[in-house]
Amino acid sequence: MRIELERRPRASKLHALLSPLLALALTVFFGGLMFMALGKDPLSALYSFFIEPLLDTWSLHELAIKAAPLILIGVGLSVAYRSNNWNIGAEGQFTVGAIFGSILPIVFAGWQTPLTLPMMLILGALGGALYAGIPALLKAHFNTNEILTSLMLVYVAQLFLDWLARGVWKDPKGFNFPQSVTFSDAATLGPMFESGRAHWAFAFALIAALLTWIMMRFTMKGFQVAVLGQSERAGRFAGFSSRRMIWFSMLFSGALAGLAGISEVAGSIGHIQPIISPGYGFTAIIVAFLGRLNPLGAIASGLVLALTYLGGEAAQLSIGVSDKVTRVFQGLLLFFVLSCDTLILYKVRLVLAGGKSEGKA
Amino acid sequence: MIFEAILLTIITASTPLVIASLGELVTERAGVLNLGVEGMMIMGAVGAFAVAQMTGSPYIGVIAGIVSGAVFSLLFGFLTLTLVANQVATGLALTILGLGASGMLGESFVGIPGIKLPAIAIPLLSDIPFIGPILFKQDIAFYLSIALVLGINWFLFRTRAGLKLRAIGDSHGSAHALGINVIRTRYLAVMFGGACAGLAGAQLSLIYTPQWVENMSAGRGWIALALVVFASWRPWRVLIGGYLFGAVGIAQLHAQIIGQEFGIAIPAQFLSMLPYVATVVVLVLISQNRRTTLINTPASLGKPFVPDR
Repeated sequence: MRIELERRPRASKLHALLSPLLALALTVFFGGLMFMALGKDPLSALYSFFIEPLLDTWSLHELAIKAAPLILIGVGLSVAYRSNNWNIGAEGQFTVGAIFGSILPIVFAGWQTPLTLPMMLILGALGGALYAGIPALLKAHFNTNEILTSLMLVYVAQLFLDWLARGVWKDPKGFNFPQSVTFSDAATLGPMFESGRAHWAFAFALIAALLTWIMMRFTMKGFQVAVLGQSERAGRFAGFSSRRMIWFSMLFSGALAGLAGISEVAGSIGHIQPIISPGYGFTAIIVAFLGRLNPLGAIASGLVLALTYLGGEAAQLSIGVSDKVTRVFQGLLLFFVLSCDTLILYKVRLVLAGGKSEGKA
Repeated sequence: MIFEAILLTIITASTPLVIASLGELVTERAGVLNLGVEGMMIMGAVGAFAVAQMTGSPYIGVIAGIVSGAVFSLLFGFLTLTLVANQVATGLALTILGLGASGMLGESFVGIPGIKLPAIAIPLLSDIPFIGPILFKQDIAFYLSIALVLGINWFLFRTRAGLKLRAIGDSHGSAHALGINVIRTRYLAVMFGGACAGLAGAQLSLIYTPQWVENMSAGRGWIALALVVFASWRPWRVLIGGYLFGAVGIAQLHAQIIGQEFGIAIPAQFLSMLPYVATVVVLVLISQNRRTTLINTPASLGKPFVPDR
């Protein structure tokens, strides 16, 4: 038995829509098998993983809280990946964004004005962009692979945050807990609705997705991203600079990751601590792909992946499986998305008989 | 002897980097970029630890580690070779899935003391003063790492099969036209890379720190990837680079102690950053020269291949 691919004359629009859904269905199916292997009833396990978190108001708020950073980062990564710049260090840019933004409420804790919060958000985005600027600089001017450098910088950023939270930024009155002072009200991102905790980061995420979609669809910059991503040569003939595209896509994705970082700290956590993210920066890679590298798609996929975080927590409580299943679900999902994407460009055929088949040219 | 002890720790820290990097070197020489080394390594580590616990034999554990890595790499092979999925994205997926699955599989092993692989003294040679205890009283992983350098070097540059593999990596279209089975060779190369990463993982959980800790590979898979670039796809240079990086990792531990003696408190976090910063710096220095990079890199690296019929 063998699998053969035949290139479609043009990309299938139908499959472009169906592929993420198919991937989701396959993930749920294999997830059920996994729960069975763990000795749980697959249906009730899947129910508590995927459905239960959607039934309470408070957990819908949690969904928005977790989806916000995922969408923000995922939108930025969609642009970067479309332009063929592989920024996989969003987790580090998220961290540095959080650190930059937190300078105001921690070092200048006394400065509490209506301007504090906007300044923090700007600083956060700036921090993320600067940090993504390192791999951008190295790629654009020293020809260094951005995948490896951006990833290495994640570890550096996390260690730096760890040092801040346990060292210079530790709250002297905090009973020796490794965390900073709690942010003042003026430095806190408030809730969006009366009914729960969901804060304005979710709104930022939606706005960012919409604006980025408009940029990609209707502006010259978006066109450049698409052309240079598909063929650098074609882009050069059109007079587009791939070097400037490296800078643009890395800084853009870094800024959004940084904004996500400071929003998370100012909205959900309220202080600096050694670990501020359950791997949002890496999960957002899956968000970008599941959303088919489309900024609006990232909204839907961000919500789905936020659900896997909540589902893991819920499944741990209600059926007693480890919350590690979350990561497995996320990994499976990315695998299935990538395999289903094959259907967009190719017809896949199973050849049952052995030997060489006479394929059509 | 302190010097001897330091050398021994450097060797133990370098071996997994060398092994994983050699495997990836062969994969990349065949034109496939597998960014999932970290994931395959951690699967090897958990597989090796689990089987060693169940059977009581660390050697069966090592074999299990190798098999785990190779089988896990098949997932990557199927997606990128059969379904021509994007190699960068699929490699990331392999790492994400590996870190998640190993965390889940290994949960019951957290905190259990592991079984350490014993060192094997080679008769006569291990009696040589100074060199003997360092080079000839080592564990199986170290011996294998040296054998791999020699073997891969011979295979790639002295055998017909190695020539074909390099041909595929440099131009899969031409290789295909010459009747070489591109996909099959690439599957084998990917599995070899997986097996090596698995062995490196086994070294981590059975020798380096004989226990299971979640995420215990701690970025070593990524450093191994950088090492391949550093070595410009040559096995001997992987060995040298692996030891340089291993030494940086160990130097970081000693720097802290030395610092304390002189009353300088360097925060541990900054020292822990060293291997990662060193990787970035080395990558920059190596890839600066565009022309040599272009000559050394396998020309088909990371490019999808669909055989035309």
